[in-house]
Amino acid sequence: MSFMKSFAAGTVAALMATAAYAECEIASGNVNVLANDFPALKAITSTAAECTGGVTIAANHNKDFRNFSVQALTPNPAEYTSVIVANSSIVPLLNEGLIRPLDDLVAKHGQNLGKNQLITIDGKIMAIAFMANAQHLFVRQDILDQVGKPVPTTWEEVVETGQSIRDAGIMDHPFAFLSMSDWNLGEEFVNMYLGHGGEFFKPGTAEPAINNEIGVATLNMLKELVSMSNPDFLTYNTATVVPIWKSGNLAIAQLWGSSGGELLGSEGSAEGVAENTVLAGAPTVAGGDTPSSTLWWDGFTIAKNISDEDAEATFIAMMHGTSDKMVEANNDAAVWLMDSYKPGPAAVGVAETATGGADPYPMLPYMGLLHQAIFEELPDFLQGNESAEKTLADIEAAYIAAAQEAGYL
Amino acid sequence: MKHRTFFWFILPSLAAMIFFIALPIVSVAVQSLFVEHEQIMVEVENCGPFNCETVLQVDNEATAALQEEAPLGRFNGLGTYTNRKHLALKEVGVAWDETETFGAFLSELINLPFYKALFFTLTYTAIVTPFVITLGLGVALAVNTLPQLLKGPTIFVSLLPMIVTPLIGALILFWMVDADGIIGATLQKIFNDPNLSMKASTPLTWIMLIVYGIWSSTPFSFIVFYAGLQTVPKETLEAAEIDGASRWQAIRYVVVPYMMPLVVFITLMQLMDNFRMLEPIVAFSASAKATSLSWLIFNDLRGGDVQLFGSAGATSILTILGVAILLTPVLIRTWRDFNRKRA
Repeated sequence: MSFMKSFAAGTVAALMATAAYAECEIASGNVNVLANDFPALKAITSTAAECTGGVTIAANHNKDFRNFSVQALTPNPAEYTSVIVANSSIVPLLNEGLIRPLDDLVAKHGQNLGKNQLITIDGKIMAIAFMANAQHLFVRQDILDQVGKPVPTTWEEVVETGQSIRDAGIMDHPFAFLSMSDWNLGEEFVNMYLGHGGEFFKPGTAEPAINNEIGVATLNMLKELVSMSNPDFLTYNTATVVPIWKSGNLAIAQLWGSSGGELLGSEGSAEGVAENTVLAGAPTVAGGDTPSSTLWWDGFTIAKNISDEDAEATFIAMMHGTSDKMVEANNDAAVWLMDSYKPGPAAVGVAETATGGADPYPMLPYMGLLHQAIFEELPDFLQGNESAEKTLADIEAAYIAAAQEAGYL
Repeated sequence: MKHRTFFWFILPSLAAMIFFIALPIVSVAVQSLFVEHEQIMVEVENCGPFNCETVLQVDNEATAALQEEAPLGRFNGLGTYTNRKHLALKEVGVAWDETETFGAFLSELINLPFYKALFFTLTYTAIVTPFVITLGLGVALAVNTLPQLLKGPTIFVSLLPMIVTPLIGALILFWMVDADGIIGATLQKIFNDPNLSMKASTPLTWIMLIVYGIWSSTPFSFIVFYAGLQTVPKETLEAAEIDGASRWQAIRYVVVPYMMPLVVFITLMQLMDNFRMLEPIVAFSASAKATSLSWLIFNDLRGGDVQLFGSAGATSILTILGVAILLTPVLIRTWRDFNRKRA
């Protein structure tokens, strides 16, 4: 798999330790980057901003960037020359045709790009990926040792191990995942459903196909997991769970790989927590062999409604932002896709999940609507208000209403 | 005032109302009648870091051509209003036919997003509004009896809940009721139940939202009533005292009737504000337990990757209709009083 090859190649590149990188000099142009707000992306934009010459470089990091990325790129000239996107947030930009094919720029300035970094759609390169992310397991080795259990590899084992920890009186709520009743909860359903080998839509159409035995099995597994979790589970996102983990009140959690660096560092952690934190791939479920997780990439795109000069300046600056120099300075900030990356302990979980064969998050124009319908209707089931079949029917009905309005059905 | 003078006097605010309120509402109403064009899909091969796959993608050129032709989208009439996300006429009909008891019908109804939100919004409005009025009047009467020296500081402290930004105020309370927060931990201790969680229980979440609503709105009614109290004629109060009225009777028969126009004013403001409540639900992450009409609009526009403008527009118009229905009795009453006084 190309993903694993990049890890191997990264090690080789590290051994060769070539520090040669081109200094970045851009004669003129205007570069303005819109991106989500987390440290790995800031490392990229701040490195890109080192470019000198007549160019002006600015960046806007905003957690809500996807809410206005379409509006910001619609006018001509567009407000931003580049947006850093992920599998799902690229979709609205593609739907509206607001980003440009990058084939000519890649041919001119992108000789060092790995093939696995090129996001091609219908044969055209539309984005350059630079990092990977996935949700996977975090476990506390010391607590697993206390109950004499190995690191779980299936969700059934997670439930069993959680029960043992509870029975041993170590913790009442040993497990947590990102089950906040917003986008997060939808993502947990998507992960678990794909782990069961489910298909979201009838092939070749936008019609939903989740009201089946796989959907029921997915819901029942999620319900077993929330019973291991704190009753406040519907308010749990990364910002809530990470501090709980650090305080030592969790034994098993499914979190984003990008939290790995923080949880392995001892800053702000209770004694003995960081040293005993172990990262593992996402578990499989129901006897399947696909990890219950989705693979995500982050990459940069270039706006269509800008001058070719600005587009070229932006591409050069972003190539500098994602250069070996940036990777060397920020090696553990993310799981980088560049060859110079040396996978550290924080990358283990994402790498295992990827080599285990997890699916990428579906890059479909109507997936966002299904994702939203899922998290709107799922809490009713998890709180025990209605049956699995009723919830699945509600999800499909809510999705159909939204998809009809958006013109997909 | 001459009509002409009155017209010039009111023109700036009238213009602002038309440009910033009336026209946007018209545009929202128009938008709610349209849905997006049919998305023309093509099969393409996508490749990423992990694999290649054949998927459907929107055909930009064909869709752009459709958009050029009719920028507003497809006319859908009242279709958006009657679909499952709004009045859900079909689903309500099915529920009516298939359920045996009225209770079962109600629980089917509450399962639909619009009715679920409407149910909470109405409950919230019906409880918060009277509490805000009576508590505000109570606080105003109490502050009015304080010695002059204490009045200033007390008024300032009483106004704090209104000064604090709603989102921040709600977040502070949210952290206090956390299982590790001061209120949450104390409640667990009092009831001796380590699993008691205000965030996990639907009734407790509703109570929390309602208490927050009362806490944050009472200062508004307090300050209006307090200003009103300064104008209650002393002579009438003294006359009542000489006639042997107790303090309670003086309040009941002199102060309250005198303040009736203010009560009407606050009722109108509160009905409008409470019917549009949103921030506490977002700050409390309470959407799994309680949703309001404004939250539905927020969720259509901010919940996912695709923004549903038609759906948000339809909910907005339904909210405006809801406010109008709620305000009608109060307005009719005011109109009658006004006519009686003129006569």
